[in-house]
Amino acid sequence: MTAPTPALAPALLQVLAGDGSTGETRIEGLTRLSGGASQQTWSFDWVQGDHRTPLILRRSPPQAVARTNIAAGLAAEAALIRLAGQQGVPVPALQAVLSPEHGLGEGFVMQRLAGETLGRRIATEARLAPARQHLARQCGQALARIHAMPLQHPAMPALRQAGPAAELAHYRQWQAGHGTLRPVFVLALQWLAAHRPAEPVTPALVHGDFRNGNLLVDERGLRGVLDWELAHAGDPMEDLGWLCVNSWRYGVHDRPVGGFGILADLFEGYRSAGGQVLPERVHWWQVMGTLKWGLICEDMLKAWLSGAERDVEKAAIGRRASEAEIDLLDLLVARR
Amino acid sequence: MHDAPSPQQIVEAVGGYLRDEAMPALASGHGDASVAHHARVAANLLAIAQRELAEDPAVAAGERARLQALLGSPQTDIAALTRQLCEAIAGGTIGQHTPGLAEHLWLTTLAKLAVDQPRYDTYRRHGGADAPEA
Repeated sequence: MTAPTPALAPALLQVLAGDGSTGETRIEGLTRLSGGASQQTWSFDWVQGDHRTPLILRRSPPQAVARTNIAAGLAAEAALIRLAGQQGVPVPALQAVLSPEHGLGEGFVMQRLAGETLGRRIATEARLAPARQHLARQCGQALARIHAMPLQHPAMPALRQAGPAAELAHYRQWQAGHGTLRPVFVLALQWLAAHRPAEPVTPALVHGDFRNGNLLVDERGLRGVLDWELAHAGDPMEDLGWLCVNSWRYGVHDRPVGGFGILADLFEGYRSAGGQVLPERVHWWQVMGTLKWGLICEDMLKAWLSGAERDVEKAAIGRRASEAEIDLLDLLVARR
Repeated sequence: MHDAPSPQQIVEAVGGYLRDEAMPALASGHGDASVAHHARVAANLLAIAQRELAEDPAVAAGERARLQALLGSPQTDIAALTRQLCEAIAGGTIGQHTPGLAEHLWLTTLAKLAVDQPRYDTYRRHGGADAPEA
Protein backbone atom coordinates (compact mmCIF):
# COMPACT_ATOMS: atom_id res chain seq x y z
CA MET A 1 0.00 0.00 0.00
CA THR A 2 1.34 3.47 -0.89
CA ALA A 3 0.24 6.45 1.21
CA PRO A 4 -2.50 8.26 -0.76
CA THR A 5 -1.98 11.73 -2.19
CA PRO A 6 -3.26 14.03 0.59
CA ALA A 7 -5.67 15.84 -1.73
CA LEU A 8 -7.07 12.69 -3.35
CA ALA A 9 -9.97 11.92 -0.99
CA PRO A 10 -11.53 15.43 -0.96
CA ALA A 11 -11.08 15.69 -4.74
CA LEU A 12 -12.80 12.32 -5.19
CA LEU A 13 -15.75 13.50 -3.11
CA GLN A 14 -16.07 16.50 -5.46
CA VAL A 15 -15.93 14.24 -8.51
CA LEU A 16 -18.61 11.94 -7.11
CA ALA A 17 -20.86 14.71 -5.83
CA GLY A 18 -21.07 16.26 -9.30
CA ASP A 19 -23.11 19.42 -8.87
CA GLY A 20 -24.35 18.35 -5.45
CA SER A 21 -22.96 18.83 -1.98
CA THR A 22 -20.26 16.66 -0.43
CA GLY A 23 -21.73 17.10 3.06
CA GLU A 24 -22.32 13.83 4.99
CA THR A 25 -20.09 11.94 2.58
CA ARG A 26 -16.63 10.51 3.04
CA ILE A 27 -14.07 8.25 1.40
CA GLU A 28 -12.97 5.13 3.26
CA GLY A 29 -10.36 2.47 2.65
CA LEU A 30 -8.50 4.39 -0.05
CA THR A 31 -5.84 1.91 -1.21
CA ARG A 32 -3.56 1.98 -4.20
CA LEU A 33 -3.84 -1.33 -6.07
CA SER A 34 -1.30 -1.07 -8.85
CA GLY A 35 0.19 1.10 -11.52
CA GLY A 36 3.48 2.73 -12.31
CA ALA A 37 4.32 6.38 -12.44
CA SER A 38 2.04 7.15 -15.37
CA GLN A 39 -1.13 5.31 -14.40
CA GLN A 40 -2.72 4.53 -11.06
CA THR A 41 -5.54 2.28 -9.89
CA TRP A 42 -7.11 2.93 -6.48
CA SER A 43 -9.80 1.11 -4.53
CA PHE A 44 -12.09 2.92 -2.07
CA ASP A 45 -15.59 3.05 -0.61
CA TRP A 46 -17.81 6.12 -1.06
CA VAL A 47 -19.91 6.45 2.05
CA GLN A 48 -23.04 8.61 1.91
CA GLY A 49 -24.83 8.41 5.25
CA ASP A 50 -25.79 4.71 5.56
CA HIS A 51 -25.00 3.93 1.93
CA ARG A 52 -21.62 2.46 0.95
CA THR A 53 -20.57 2.21 -2.70
CA PRO A 54 -17.44 0.20 -3.55
CA LEU A 55 -15.52 1.97 -6.32
CA ILE A 56 -12.33 1.96 -8.38
CA LEU A 57 -10.44 5.05 -9.59
CA ARG A 58 -8.22 4.81 -12.64
CA ARG A 59 -6.22 7.93 -13.35
CA SER A 60 -3.20 9.38 -15.03
CA PRO A 61 -1.93 12.24 -12.85
CA PRO A 62 -1.59 15.69 -14.45
CA GLN A 63 2.19 15.59 -14.46
CA ALA A 64 2.46 12.04 -15.80
CA VAL A 65 4.77 11.13 -18.66
CA ALA A 66 2.81 10.39 -21.84
CA ARG A 67 1.93 6.75 -22.34
CA THR A 68 2.95 4.88 -25.46
CA ASN A 69 0.87 5.46 -28.54
CA ILE A 70 -0.49 1.94 -28.23
CA ALA A 71 -2.79 2.71 -25.33
CA ALA A 72 -6.15 4.28 -26.10
CA GLY A 73 -6.08 6.66 -23.15
CA LEU A 74 -8.26 6.72 -20.07
CA ALA A 75 -11.00 8.94 -21.50
CA ALA A 76 -11.34 6.48 -24.38
CA GLU A 77 -11.38 3.59 -21.91
CA ALA A 78 -14.25 5.19 -19.98
CA ALA A 79 -16.23 5.69 -23.18
CA LEU A 80 -15.66 2.07 -24.21
CA ILE A 81 -16.74 0.72 -20.82
CA ARG A 82 -19.93 2.79 -20.97
CA LEU A 83 -20.70 1.68 -24.55
CA ALA A 84 -19.87 -1.95 -23.80
CA GLY A 85 -22.28 -1.95 -20.87
CA GLN A 86 -25.00 -0.63 -23.15
CA GLN A 87 -24.29 -3.48 -25.60
CA GLY A 88 -24.75 -6.20 -22.99
CA VAL A 89 -21.06 -6.88 -22.31
CA PRO A 90 -20.46 -7.54 -18.61
CA VAL A 91 -18.45 -4.55 -17.36
CA PRO A 92 -18.30 -2.45 -14.21
CA ALA A 93 -20.77 0.45 -14.24
CA LEU A 94 -19.16 3.79 -14.94
CA GLN A 95 -19.66 6.19 -11.99
CA ALA A 96 -17.90 9.39 -13.10
CA VAL A 97 -15.33 10.74 -15.53
CA LEU A 98 -12.62 13.12 -14.29
CA SER A 99 -12.59 16.69 -15.57
CA PRO A 100 -9.54 18.96 -15.61
CA GLU A 101 -11.04 21.18 -12.88
CA HIS A 102 -10.91 18.26 -10.43
CA GLY A 103 -7.13 18.52 -10.58
CA LEU A 104 -6.66 14.73 -10.58
CA GLY A 105 -5.55 14.39 -14.19
CA GLU A 106 -7.27 12.16 -16.73
CA GLY A 107 -9.34 9.17 -15.64
CA PHE A 108 -12.61 7.77 -14.39
CA VAL A 109 -14.36 6.13 -11.46
CA MET A 110 -16.18 2.83 -11.89
CA GLN A 111 -18.04 0.27 -9.82
CA ARG A 112 -15.80 -2.13 -7.89
CA LEU A 113 -17.17 -5.58 -8.66
CA ALA A 114 -16.85 -8.52 -6.28
CA GLY A 115 -15.12 -11.55 -7.75
CA GLU A 116 -11.80 -13.05 -8.69
CA THR A 117 -9.34 -11.58 -11.17
CA LEU A 118 -6.21 -13.67 -10.52
CA GLY A 119 -5.81 -15.90 -13.56
CA ARG A 120 -4.28 -18.82 -11.74
CA ARG A 121 -7.22 -18.99 -9.34
CA ILE A 122 -9.77 -18.70 -12.14
CA ALA A 123 -8.07 -21.59 -13.96
CA THR A 124 -7.44 -23.90 -11.00
CA GLU A 125 -9.30 -23.08 -7.78
CA ALA A 126 -11.90 -25.68 -6.78
CA ARG A 127 -14.33 -22.99 -5.63
CA LEU A 128 -14.57 -21.69 -9.22
CA ALA A 129 -15.08 -25.08 -10.90
CA PRO A 130 -18.81 -24.32 -11.45
CA ALA A 131 -17.84 -21.08 -13.22
CA ARG A 132 -15.34 -22.88 -15.48
CA GLN A 133 -18.17 -25.07 -16.82
CA HIS A 134 -19.56 -22.22 -18.91
CA LEU A 135 -16.89 -19.52 -18.73
CA ALA A 136 -15.51 -20.15 -22.24
CA ARG A 137 -18.99 -19.89 -23.72
CA GLN A 138 -19.64 -16.67 -21.79
CA CYS A 139 -16.34 -15.25 -23.04
CA GLY A 140 -17.37 -16.12 -26.60
CA GLN A 141 -20.68 -14.30 -26.16
CA ALA A 142 -19.01 -11.25 -24.58
CA LEU A 143 -16.47 -11.09 -27.41
CA ALA A 144 -19.14 -11.33 -30.09
CA ARG A 145 -20.94 -8.39 -28.48
CA ILE A 146 -17.72 -6.39 -28.23
CA HIS A 147 -16.92 -7.07 -31.88
CA ALA A 148 -20.43 -6.01 -32.92
CA MET A 149 -20.12 -2.56 -31.24
CA PRO A 150 -20.40 -0.04 -34.09
CA LEU A 151 -17.17 1.88 -34.68
CA GLN A 152 -19.23 4.75 -36.14
CA HIS A 153 -21.26 5.25 -32.94
CA PRO A 154 -21.11 8.96 -31.95
CA ALA A 155 -19.81 8.06 -28.48
CA MET A 156 -17.14 5.68 -29.80
CA PRO A 157 -13.69 7.18 -29.23
CA ALA A 158 -11.17 7.50 -32.05
CA LEU A 159 -9.11 4.29 -32.11
CA ARG A 160 -5.91 3.30 -33.87
CA GLN A 161 -6.42 0.96 -36.82
CA ALA A 162 -4.35 -2.21 -36.85
CA GLY A 163 -5.11 -5.38 -38.78
CA PRO A 164 -2.75 -8.33 -39.42
CA ALA A 165 -0.33 -6.42 -41.71
CA ALA A 166 0.08 -3.42 -39.40
CA GLU A 167 0.45 -5.55 -36.29
CA LEU A 168 3.04 -7.82 -37.91
CA ALA A 169 5.03 -4.85 -39.17
CA HIS A 170 4.89 -3.21 -35.74
CA TYR A 171 6.09 -6.28 -33.87
CA ARG A 172 8.80 -7.06 -36.43
CA GLN A 173 10.16 -3.56 -35.94
CA TRP A 174 9.83 -3.79 -32.18
CA GLN A 175 11.81 -7.04 -32.09
CA ALA A 176 14.56 -5.57 -34.25
CA GLY A 177 14.80 -2.61 -31.89
CA HIS A 178 15.39 -4.82 -28.87
CA GLY A 179 18.68 -6.02 -30.31
CA THR A 180 18.28 -9.52 -28.91
CA LEU A 181 19.36 -12.67 -30.76
CA ARG A 182 16.39 -15.01 -30.94
CA PRO A 183 16.29 -17.36 -33.91
CA VAL A 184 12.96 -18.70 -32.65
CA PHE A 185 11.39 -15.23 -32.87
CA VAL A 186 12.87 -14.69 -36.34
CA LEU A 187 11.44 -18.04 -37.47
CA ALA A 188 8.05 -17.12 -36.01
CA LEU A 189 8.08 -13.79 -37.87
CA GLN A 190 8.80 -15.67 -41.11
CA TRP A 191 5.90 -18.04 -40.45
CA LEU A 192 3.56 -15.16 -39.59
CA ALA A 193 4.48 -13.36 -42.83
CA ALA A 194 4.01 -16.50 -44.92
CA HIS A 195 0.59 -17.25 -43.39
CA ARG A 196 -0.70 -13.73 -42.93
CA PRO A 197 -4.47 -13.48 -43.46
CA ALA A 198 -5.95 -10.73 -45.64
CA GLU A 199 -7.11 -7.52 -43.95
CA PRO A 200 -10.66 -7.88 -42.64
CA VAL A 201 -13.22 -6.43 -45.05
CA THR A 202 -14.84 -4.53 -42.19
CA PRO A 203 -12.64 -3.59 -39.22
CA ALA A 204 -14.23 -4.29 -35.85
CA LEU A 205 -13.63 -3.11 -32.31
CA VAL A 206 -10.91 -5.32 -30.80
CA HIS A 207 -10.57 -5.37 -26.99
CA GLY A 208 -6.83 -5.90 -27.33
CA ASP A 209 -6.10 -7.61 -24.01
CA PHE A 210 -8.95 -10.07 -23.46
CA ARG A 211 -7.23 -12.80 -21.47
CA ASN A 212 -7.44 -14.70 -18.22
CA GLY A 213 -5.95 -12.03 -15.98
CA ASN A 214 -8.27 -9.26 -17.17
CA LEU A 215 -11.53 -11.04 -16.44
CA LEU A 216 -13.57 -10.76 -13.25
CA VAL A 217 -15.20 -14.09 -12.43
CA ASP A 218 -17.35 -15.42 -9.60
CA GLU A 219 -19.03 -18.78 -9.01
CA ARG A 220 -21.68 -17.89 -11.60
CA GLY A 221 -19.09 -17.11 -14.27
CA LEU A 222 -18.00 -13.98 -16.13
CA ARG A 223 -18.93 -10.79 -14.28
CA GLY A 224 -16.67 -8.19 -15.83
CA VAL A 225 -14.35 -7.57 -18.76
CA LEU A 226 -11.56 -5.26 -17.57
CA ASP A 227 -8.60 -3.29 -18.91
CA TRP A 228 -9.81 -1.76 -22.16
CA GLU A 229 -6.76 0.46 -22.63
CA LEU A 230 -5.37 -1.54 -25.60
CA ALA A 231 -8.62 -1.44 -27.59
CA HIS A 232 -8.25 -0.67 -31.30
CA ALA A 233 -9.99 -1.25 -34.65
CA GLY A 234 -8.90 -4.39 -36.47
CA ASP A 235 -9.43 -8.12 -36.93
CA PRO A 236 -11.78 -9.47 -34.23
CA MET A 237 -10.18 -12.92 -34.40
CA GLU A 238 -7.18 -11.29 -32.69
CA ASP A 239 -9.10 -11.35 -29.40
CA LEU A 240 -9.90 -15.07 -29.65
CA GLY A 241 -6.28 -15.91 -30.47
CA TRP A 242 -4.89 -13.83 -27.58
CA LEU A 243 -7.22 -15.56 -25.14
CA CYS A 244 -5.61 -18.90 -26.07
CA VAL A 245 -1.93 -17.93 -25.60
CA ASN A 246 -0.35 -20.60 -23.38
CA SER A 247 1.15 -18.18 -20.87
CA TRP A 248 -2.27 -17.42 -19.48
CA ARG A 249 -3.48 -20.99 -19.18
CA TYR A 250 -1.54 -21.11 -15.91
CA GLY A 251 -0.29 -24.60 -16.57
CA VAL A 252 -3.63 -26.07 -17.66
CA HIS A 253 -2.47 -26.77 -21.19
CA ASP A 254 -5.42 -28.92 -22.24
CA ARG A 255 -7.84 -26.02 -21.63
CA PRO A 256 -6.73 -23.70 -24.44
CA VAL A 257 -9.21 -20.99 -23.52
CA GLY A 258 -7.58 -19.25 -20.58
CA GLY A 259 -6.80 -22.52 -18.86
CA PHE A 260 -10.52 -22.87 -18.13
CA GLY A 261 -12.26 -23.93 -21.36
CA ILE A 262 -12.17 -25.56 -24.77
CA LEU A 263 -12.27 -23.94 -28.20
CA ALA A 264 -15.56 -25.59 -29.16
CA ASP A 265 -17.29 -23.79 -26.28
CA LEU A 266 -15.63 -20.43 -27.02
CA PHE A 267 -16.65 -20.69 -30.68
CA GLU A 268 -20.18 -21.85 -29.86
CA GLY A 269 -20.67 -18.91 -27.49
CA TYR A 270 -19.31 -16.52 -30.13
CA ARG A 271 -21.64 -17.86 -32.83
CA SER A 272 -24.65 -17.92 -30.49
CA ALA A 273 -24.25 -14.15 -30.03
CA GLY A 274 -24.11 -13.58 -33.79
CA GLY A 275 -20.37 -13.70 -34.40
CA GLN A 276 -18.52 -15.46 -37.24
CA VAL A 277 -15.54 -17.63 -36.28
CA LEU A 278 -12.62 -17.94 -38.72
CA PRO A 279 -10.49 -20.66 -37.08
CA GLU A 280 -7.39 -20.24 -39.28
CA ARG A 281 -7.26 -16.58 -38.38
CA VAL A 282 -7.68 -17.45 -34.68
CA HIS A 283 -4.66 -19.77 -34.95
CA TRP A 284 -2.59 -17.07 -36.69
CA TRP A 285 -3.42 -14.59 -33.95
CA GLN A 286 -2.57 -17.15 -31.29
CA VAL A 287 0.90 -17.51 -32.83
CA MET A 288 1.14 -13.71 -33.13
CA GLY A 289 0.04 -13.35 -29.52
CA THR A 290 2.57 -15.90 -28.31
CA LEU A 291 5.36 -13.92 -29.99
CA LYS A 292 3.92 -10.63 -28.75
CA TRP A 293 4.07 -11.79 -25.12
CA GLY A 294 7.77 -12.62 -25.56
CA LEU A 295 8.36 -9.15 -27.00
CA ILE A 296 6.52 -7.54 -24.08
CA CYS A 297 8.91 -9.36 -21.72
CA GLU A 298 11.89 -8.10 -23.72
CA ASP A 299 10.49 -4.57 -23.64
CA MET A 300 10.06 -4.55 -19.86
CA LEU A 301 13.60 -5.83 -19.43
CA LYS A 302 14.87 -3.15 -21.78
CA ALA A 303 13.30 -0.51 -19.52
CA TRP A 304 15.14 -2.01 -16.55
CA LEU A 305 18.45 -2.25 -18.43
CA SER A 306 18.18 1.41 -19.43
CA GLY A 307 17.63 2.51 -15.83
CA ALA A 308 14.18 3.94 -16.63
CA GLU A 309 12.59 1.32 -14.37
CA ARG A 310 14.06 0.09 -11.08
CA ASP A 311 11.44 -2.53 -10.15
CA VAL A 312 13.08 -5.95 -9.70
CA GLU A 313 10.08 -7.50 -11.48
CA LYS A 314 11.09 -5.77 -14.68
CA ALA A 315 14.48 -7.45 -14.50
CA ALA A 316 12.96 -10.84 -13.68
CA ILE A 317 10.49 -10.75 -16.54
CA GLY A 318 13.39 -10.79 -19.01
CA ARG A 319 13.72 -14.46 -18.12
CA ARG A 320 10.12 -15.17 -19.10
CA ALA A 321 10.71 -14.43 -22.78
CA SER A 322 11.96 -18.00 -23.13
CA GLU A 323 8.47 -19.33 -22.33
CA ALA A 324 7.30 -17.56 -25.48
CA GLU A 325 10.13 -19.25 -27.40
CA ILE A 326 9.21 -22.75 -26.26
CA ASP A 327 5.51 -22.10 -26.89
CA LEU A 328 6.30 -20.90 -30.43
CA LEU A 329 8.33 -24.07 -31.07
CA ASP A 330 5.46 -26.12 -29.64
CA LEU A 331 3.10 -24.44 -32.14
CA LEU A 332 5.34 -24.33 -35.20
CA VAL A 333 8.26 -26.75 -35.12
CA ALA A 334 7.96 -30.49 -34.71
CA ARG A 335 10.85 -31.99 -32.78
CA ARG A 336 12.92 -34.17 -35.08
CA MET B 1 23.79 -18.75 -24.80
CA HIS B 2 21.47 -17.26 -22.21
CA ASP B 3 19.54 -14.06 -22.15
CA ALA B 4 19.83 -10.76 -20.29
CA PRO B 5 19.74 -10.07 -17.44
CA SER B 6 23.12 -11.76 -16.94
CA PRO B 7 23.99 -13.29 -13.57
CA GLN B 8 25.95 -10.15 -12.78
CA GLN B 9 22.98 -7.94 -13.66
CA ILE B 10 20.65 -10.16 -11.64
CA VAL B 11 22.84 -9.80 -8.61
CA GLU B 12 22.81 -6.04 -9.20
CA ALA B 13 18.99 -6.05 -9.37
CA VAL B 14 18.52 -8.12 -6.24
CA GLY B 15 21.15 -6.28 -4.30
CA GLY B 16 19.56 -2.98 -5.24
CA TYR B 17 16.12 -4.13 -4.10
CA LEU B 18 17.31 -5.52 -0.82
CA ARG B 19 19.34 -2.37 -0.10
CA ASP B 20 16.82 0.25 -1.20
CA GLU B 21 13.46 -1.35 -0.33
CA ALA B 22 13.36 -4.49 1.77
CA MET B 23 15.90 -3.56 4.37
CA PRO B 24 14.57 -0.08 5.14
CA ALA B 25 10.98 -1.41 5.18
CA LEU B 26 11.77 -4.25 7.50
CA ALA B 27 13.86 -2.06 9.74
CA SER B 28 11.02 0.41 10.31
CA GLY B 29 8.34 -2.26 10.72
CA HIS B 30 6.35 -1.17 7.63
CA GLY B 31 6.21 -4.52 5.83
CA ASP B 32 3.33 -5.17 3.44
CA ALA B 33 2.18 -7.63 0.80
CA SER B 34 4.00 -5.82 -1.96
CA VAL B 35 7.32 -6.18 -0.12
CA ALA B 36 6.69 -9.88 0.39
CA HIS B 37 5.87 -10.25 -3.30
CA HIS B 38 9.04 -8.51 -4.42
CA ALA B 39 11.09 -10.57 -2.01
CA ARG B 40 9.73 -13.66 -3.67
CA VAL B 41 10.56 -12.30 -7.15
CA ALA B 42 14.06 -11.58 -5.88
CA ALA B 43 14.48 -15.07 -4.51
CA ASN B 44 13.36 -16.57 -7.83
CA LEU B 45 15.86 -14.43 -9.68
CA LEU B 46 18.65 -15.64 -7.46
CA ALA B 47 17.60 -19.24 -8.16
CA ILE B 48 17.83 -18.54 -11.90
CA ALA B 49 21.32 -17.16 -11.43
CA GLN B 50 22.35 -20.17 -9.42
CA ARG B 51 21.04 -22.63 -12.01
CA GLU B 52 22.79 -20.83 -14.81
CA LEU B 53 26.06 -20.61 -12.97
CA ALA B 54 25.81 -24.34 -12.17
CA GLU B 55 24.99 -25.33 -15.75
CA ASP B 56 27.13 -28.14 -17.19
CA PRO B 57 29.63 -26.60 -19.65
CA ALA B 58 28.63 -29.35 -22.10
CA VAL B 59 25.37 -27.48 -22.70
CA ALA B 60 27.08 -24.43 -24.19
CA ALA B 61 29.59 -26.64 -25.99
CA GLY B 62 26.73 -28.53 -27.58
CA GLU B 63 25.02 -25.31 -28.64
CA ARG B 64 28.25 -24.07 -30.21
CA ALA B 65 28.81 -27.34 -32.08
CA ARG B 66 25.26 -27.40 -33.44
CA LEU B 67 25.53 -23.81 -34.66
CA GLN B 68 28.90 -24.47 -36.30
CA ALA B 69 27.44 -27.48 -38.12
CA LEU B 70 24.26 -25.62 -39.20
CA LEU B 71 26.18 -22.63 -40.52
CA GLY B 72 29.28 -24.43 -41.74
CA SER B 73 31.30 -21.96 -39.70
CA PRO B 74 34.51 -22.28 -37.66
CA GLN B 75 33.37 -19.32 -35.53
CA THR B 76 33.51 -20.13 -31.81
CA ASP B 77 31.60 -17.19 -30.31
CA ILE B 78 28.04 -18.36 -29.63
CA ALA B 79 26.51 -14.87 -29.88
CA ALA B 80 28.18 -14.27 -33.26
CA LEU B 81 26.99 -17.69 -34.49
CA THR B 82 23.47 -17.00 -33.24
CA ARG B 83 23.42 -13.66 -35.01
CA GLN B 84 24.43 -15.44 -38.22
CA LEU B 85 21.63 -17.94 -37.71
CA CYS B 86 19.08 -15.15 -37.24
CA GLU B 87 20.28 -13.51 -40.47
CA ALA B 88 20.11 -16.82 -42.35
CA ILE B 89 16.55 -17.45 -41.18
CA ALA B 90 15.50 -13.87 -41.99
CA GLY B 91 17.13 -14.16 -45.39
CA GLY B 92 15.47 -17.49 -46.12
CA THR B 93 18.67 -19.53 -46.57
CA ILE B 94 17.86 -21.54 -43.45
CA GLY B 95 14.30 -22.55 -42.56
CA GLN B 96 12.11 -24.89 -40.64
CA HIS B 97 13.00 -27.82 -42.90
CA THR B 98 16.76 -27.31 -42.90
CA PRO B 99 18.25 -30.49 -41.40
CA GLY B 100 19.39 -29.83 -37.88
CA LEU B 101 17.52 -26.57 -37.29
CA ALA B 102 14.54 -27.99 -35.41
CA GLU B 103 16.78 -30.07 -33.15
CA HIS B 104 19.06 -27.10 -32.50
CA LEU B 105 16.22 -24.74 -31.60
CA TRP B 106 14.53 -27.31 -29.37
CA LEU B 107 17.69 -28.24 -27.45
CA THR B 108 18.75 -24.60 -27.04
CA THR B 109 15.32 -23.54 -25.85
CA LEU B 110 14.91 -26.49 -23.49
CA ALA B 111 18.29 -25.55 -21.96
CA LYS B 112 17.01 -21.98 -21.46
CA LEU B 113 13.85 -23.17 -19.72
CA ALA B 114 15.86 -25.53 -17.51
CA VAL B 115 17.50 -22.41 -16.07
CA ASP B 116 14.72 -19.81 -16.43
CA GLN B 117 11.58 -21.77 -15.48
CA PRO B 118 12.03 -25.53 -15.01
CA ARG B 119 8.42 -25.78 -13.84
CA TYR B 120 6.96 -24.24 -17.01
CA ASP B 121 4.33 -26.63 -18.36
CA THR B 122 5.52 -26.74 -21.99
CA TYR B 123 9.04 -27.53 -20.82
CA ARG B 124 7.75 -30.37 -18.63
CA ARG B 125 5.57 -31.71 -21.44
CA HIS B 126 8.67 -32.04 -23.60
CA GLY B 127 10.50 -34.07 -20.99
CA GLY B 128 12.21 -31.23 -19.17
CA ALA B 129 13.62 -32.07 -15.75
CA ASP B 130 14.94 -29.95 -12.93
CA ALA B 131 18.62 -30.19 -13.83
CA PRO B 132 19.82 -28.51 -17.06
CA GLU B 133 20.23 -30.98 -19.95
CA ALA B 134 23.77 -31.96 -20.75
